[in-house]
Amino acid sequence: MRAKKSKMSDLKELIQNKFNNEPFSGNGALQALSQQGIQLFKELGIPTVKHEEWKYTRISAVLNKDFSYAAETTAVSKADVDAFRLPGYETANELVFVNGIYHAELSTIRSSADELVVLPLSEAVKGEYKSIIDNNLGHSASYHTDGINAMNNAFAYQGLFMAVKKNKAVKHPLYCYYINDARAVSVLSQPRTLMHVGVNAEVYLVEEEITLGASDSFINRISEIVVEENANVHIYKIQNEDSHSSCVKTTHVRQLGVSKVNSVTLTLNGGVIRNNLNFILEAPGCESNMYGLYCVKGETHVDNHTIVDNMMPHSLSNELYKGIIDENATGVFNGKIFVRKDAQKTNAYQSNKNILLSDTAGINTKPQLEIFADDVKCSHGCTIGRLDEEPLFYLKARGIGDKEAKALLLHAFAGEILEKIELEPIRAYADAIISERLGFEI
Amino acid sequence: MGNFQIFKFSNYMLSIKNLQARIEEKEILKGINLDIKPGEVHAIMGPNGSGKSTLASVLAGRSDYEVTGGEVEFNGKDLLEMSPEDRSREGLFLAFQYPVEIPGVSTTNFIKTAVNEIRKYRGEEPMDAVEFLKRMKEKMKLVEIDQSLLSRSLNEGFSGGEKKRNEIFQMAMLEPSMSILDETDSGLDIDALRIVAEGVNKLRNGKRSFLVITHYQRLLEYIVPDYVHVLYKGRIVKSGGKELALELEEKGYDFIKEELGESVEA
Repeated sequence: MRAKKSKMSDLKELIQNKFNNEPFSGNGALQALSQQGIQLFKELGIPTVKHEEWKYTRISAVLNKDFSYAAETTAVSKADVDAFRLPGYETANELVFVNGIYHAELSTIRSSADELVVLPLSEAVKGEYKSIIDNNLGHSASYHTDGINAMNNAFAYQGLFMAVKKNKAVKHPLYCYYINDARAVSVLSQPRTLMHVGVNAEVYLVEEEITLGASDSFINRISEIVVEENANVHIYKIQNEDSHSSCVKTTHVRQLGVSKVNSVTLTLNGGVIRNNLNFILEAPGCESNMYGLYCVKGETHVDNHTIVDNMMPHSLSNELYKGIIDENATGVFNGKIFVRKDAQKTNAYQSNKNILLSDTAGINTKPQLEIFADDVKCSHGCTIGRLDEEPLFYLKARGIGDKEAKALLLHAFAGEILEKIELEPIRAYADAIISERLGFEI
Repeated sequence: MGNFQIFKFSNYMLSIKNLQARIEEKEILKGINLDIKPGEVHAIMGPNGSGKSTLASVLAGRSDYEVTGGEVEFNGKDLLEMSPEDRSREGLFLAFQYPVEIPGVSTTNFIKTAVNEIRKYRGEEPMDAVEFLKRMKEKMKLVEIDQSLLSRSLNEGFSGGEKKRNEIFQMAMLEPSMSILDETDSGLDIDALRIVAEGVNKLRNGKRSFLVITHYQRLLEYIVPDYVHVLYKGRIVKSGGKELALELEEKGYDFIKEELGESVEA
């Protein structure tokens, strides 16, 4: 207990020292968020299991290690990046973050500047994007009152700004690699991005965390995305790391105009993985689709916390999260839906389905609906169980063995989420990992 | 191979002796005796609740049922000792009364997996893609099933008739030596019934055997059986030729009850 305390104070010191050593020289929204972040972090610290939103995820145990919070390191080479580039990279924009900081030399931007703008936040705030940044950066803070969110805010000024220009459908998807270089020391990093998707624009975003080396890695990442009218955004997140890599990812989407956003969150392996996904539907008629698949084993712990905040009428949100949990792995699903007073005629659906493959696998699932409007359609449900006997018997009655029959059914269970990925190379990549995991071959 | 039970040589495809089975605490099969030779078509008729579907399920190896007595020999082997998948690999086929919908598993992939699992069991190489497609096309014609149906998820959103035709299609693809049709006619209109029956008839080759379970005589106008058995309260109480089916149709099951009133305990 004493050791733990000293480690936690180490982390506080680490954050404070970094904050003192890398001061932000500007002012305005970036400065305000940074100050507010460090203050709140000092007050709140790292959440314990007493914090309602962290009840089932002991994040303090993850952070109870000797992390170094390094500045960007140049030790990562092109060859390092080559080792994990995702399929389809030949036609993708590749954005490489090293220890939390955008690394321009390792990145490849294929889209022209009249489609896609990529700038450090600290530069972008000085020009035409100032008001976008002022109005949106840190918007997620009001949905996450905890030290984890606050400690990223403290360094938000080191983040990256991206803009998809209005009327542009960006042909090259954005592949974002968040690399922690843990070859020499354990690394903590805090990537931060703000993306603005203009009117009538469309963009595909693929995000993956990567740890180099065998030391511990922790990524505390916040991506805020602002979606304007008639825009289409596709967000695919993949987590497939070793057990010494943990992370908290927060994707916070504001739909400011009638627009459509699809999100697929895949968790395939890792230490402790927390995925926060927020959809704030601020215009009438928005559509938000949230899909998730966690297929985990070993000691992996995966926690999906989602929020849909319906503020205006006639919106549709559709949420389906599925889990296949094996060995000692554990999962958490917490899905909150708010329907505000003005959000009449909202349709909000939520479903969480889990298959436990071992006696020691576990899941805590909790749907939460808070409805303040009286003319809405909302549904939620969750299932936890084993594979159904009927389909299993049907397959066996056709000569398919127990192992193969189970693999076939589990693959089909996962397939419902995988097919939501519209980038074929990414879908196939994820499918191959999952098929191998489940012993499925066709 | 710990079981050295030796069966007497017989020329039966399927030989059922005094088979008894229950589900939970309820006795359903109370001593079934039935012998089927290669090439024969047997029909089992009976009122609801007589144990028809239980017999089909027990033969296919559904685990909900507990066999409490008797033996079943299939091609000289002890059927009841085998797992459901091994029964299928040995050449037993059950056309389900209620085919299961399996979202996310395409019918084609499913059948390919089944065909190759059975081949593997027999020590054969997987079927090559060309041969597989050729056989698919041939058998699709047999049951008038469309390619678009087969690329969809297994039975998902299929009509009742499509599901039953899919069962017969699978039967044709797997070429079993012993097929059990569990109320394949239920829920079929006359056209679908005709297609299903013709599919079955084309598979008859003097070697393959069929056990056709049905409530109505109608199906047996199309699939003409060699023998008809009446199942009542878990026992075969009457056997005869195909004319027995007509008699049942005419007089209803009550005539069986009357005829056997004293000999069948309530």
